[in-house]
Amino acid sequence: MERSPLFCRRAGTGTGFLELTFFLQQMINGVALGSLYGLIAIGYTMVYGIIRLINFAHGDVMMMGCYFAYFGILMFSLPWGASFVAAMVLTAILGVLIDKGAYVPVRHAPRISALITAIGVSFLLENLGLVVFGGRPKGFTTPDMFAEVYEIAGLMIPALVLWTPLITLILLSGILFIIHRTKAGRAMRCISHDMETTRLMGVDVNRVISITFAVGSAAAAAGGIMWAMRYPEINPLMGIIPGLKAFVAAVLGGIGNVTGAMLGGLLLGLAEILLVALMPEIAGYRDAIAFGILIFILIFRPTGLMGSKLPE
Amino acid sequence: MKMRHLAVAFLILGLAVSLPAPAFSQAKADTIKIGVFLPMTGGVAAYGQGSWQGIQVARDMKPTILGKKVELVLVDDKSDKIEAANAVTRLVEKEKAVAIIGSSISGNTMAGGPIAEKAGVPVVSPTATNPLVTQGKKYIFRVCFIDPFQGEMAAKYAYETLKKRRAALIIDKAQDYCVGLADFFEKSFTKLGGQIVSKTYCQTGDKDFTAQISAIKAKNPDVLYMPNYYTEVALSMKQAKDLGLNIPVISGDGAQDKALLDIGKQYVEGLMFTGHFEKEAATTPLAKKFIPVYEKKFGKVGTFDVMGADAYFVLADAIERAKSTEGAKIRAALANTKNFKGISGTINIGEDGNAVKSLVIVQVRGGDFRYVATVDPPGAKPEPKKAAPKMK
Repeated sequence: MERSPLFCRRAGTGTGFLELTFFLQQMINGVALGSLYGLIAIGYTMVYGIIRLINFAHGDVMMMGCYFAYFGILMFSLPWGASFVAAMVLTAILGVLIDKGAYVPVRHAPRISALITAIGVSFLLENLGLVVFGGRPKGFTTPDMFAEVYEIAGLMIPALVLWTPLITLILLSGILFIIHRTKAGRAMRCISHDMETTRLMGVDVNRVISITFAVGSAAAAAGGIMWAMRYPEINPLMGIIPGLKAFVAAVLGGIGNVTGAMLGGLLLGLAEILLVALMPEIAGYRDAIAFGILIFILIFRPTGLMGSKLPE
Repeated sequence: MKMRHLAVAFLILGLAVSLPAPAFSQAKADTIKIGVFLPMTGGVAAYGQGSWQGIQVARDMKPTILGKKVELVLVDDKSDKIEAANAVTRLVEKEKAVAIIGSSISGNTMAGGPIAEKAGVPVVSPTATNPLVTQGKKYIFRVCFIDPFQGEMAAKYAYETLKKRRAALIIDKAQDYCVGLADFFEKSFTKLGGQIVSKTYCQTGDKDFTAQISAIKAKNPDVLYMPNYYTEVALSMKQAKDLGLNIPVISGDGAQDKALLDIGKQYVEGLMFTGHFEKEAATTPLAKKFIPVYEKKFGKVGTFDVMGADAYFVLADAIERAKSTEGAKIRAALANTKNFKGISGTINIGEDGNAVKSLVIVQVRGGDFRYVATVDPPGAKPEPKKAAPKMK
């Protein structure tokens, strides 16, 4: 492991071992944060990849997923596993309803209309959340197996750091299976190439897009629940920043590319953590850095790290 | 076609819920209109929600002033400075409020204050503690202590009672309150002979503090001072314990909301902070009257609820003494508030608009806020304006 001179100066504790521990700990912190961004970005990028819609309501759908899980545990005293699955199912249904109510009517309008509709849905969900759930934040209960922290050679490794990639992997393989191995998935891939021709082939495009939203929203719920377990505070506006960060991660990895989203998330998380670790004076600007990366990528490599050539 | 109807329904629903809380404005000659601007949503919603409940209970206990019915007009400042300025403009210009209560946090009160100041409408803040809130303002008052006192007492407690010498700080850079309070703590702590070994920053709304905490841990501090708001305090304490930083944590009055316990759960156990009020230490007759009424309606009483009610009671008392709803006269009466037995203690307001009162040290124990000690203010007289240190 190479240690930058900058880092040595900052840690300033003298012995090399401590510096290494410090650095490795910060790497773990970065991976923990980044894998969450990546997980949330998967649903984002999947929906984009198929219907070319940047679903700005993704973060808010994630918020709704967290509240479903919260109420599942608190009000219906479901065991956490059942509650999480129920939350994913409910969020999937919500995703379909959003599609039917908000996106279907503008399906054939210019793409910018759909984008603006997505922003409208985002505000709708946020304000609906404020009215229904109230503005006061609520504490999320983390099941013990996820709350544990392992100490290895002075490094503190939260169990979630190990769980997030596992759940991401399961989710990712699930999504890839649906896209590449099912009939609906084949239709999804067709739609991403040419929606009109797919319709002419007799495919019920609206139904397939609904399935896409259901899967994307369920993934958002899973990401949200993992997020809420790591940062156990939920409020109706909680989806905004993770949603934007996931968007940055998706663009960084190449929007539309599911694996790229994961990679983009990791890079973003590491960049944020290392910025704060190495330059504590400017820690307040970490969000600015994230969005600076977005602008940089859009200017110099609009297709992202793993993105293919632009379709147009 | 059906889809279109559904879309329209969605749109209407969206418009309906995104409109600001409607302010009921059937102003009659026989009512006194008091404007309220508080963070009902957003990052510090818990303060606003609590204070609003307190104000409502206080109004029910004292529904008339000067023989006229009191009408409260609430505008949400959304925990945002720009929204706070808009809220005050609306209360002053559209609602024509005779006086205003708000806001919960310093930054928002500082954003809204100058508008009311210019219009000559008195403002009473329940809990904005930064000295700059009232500095140089004739019409801005508060019923809480100010941060130099709070920061000094926290530093003294850390240095003298806990015998700690190496302090680390996590400061929310986006809030005037946090930056100011950290500054006062640092000055007092170093003056006593302590050392600030690490100073790190975050921003309101941040969820991840692991980078800051890992950096702090490397500097080996023996006490952590985090004068931030409840969400940030709860989340950073959880992450501190996760990262094995097991040192006492001290915070300011911003920590004292039950949302802290709800979010932080077992992780905030042991947190100490300087606060305005703790039920166990309530002694005044007004507190004995208010608490049962409040708890019957809303459950266990919290600090911000009480401070909201105190702001209402102090304002009502001033309007009665002024025998008028004219801004200048209410202002003069407010500035002349002496020995008012509020719920949170005895309130004296000086010409500078600041309340001089004692603070309580509170600790989280057994999943609840527990009273530790009361600290009286240094002098009976409020500090002169010039004494308030400049902020960065």
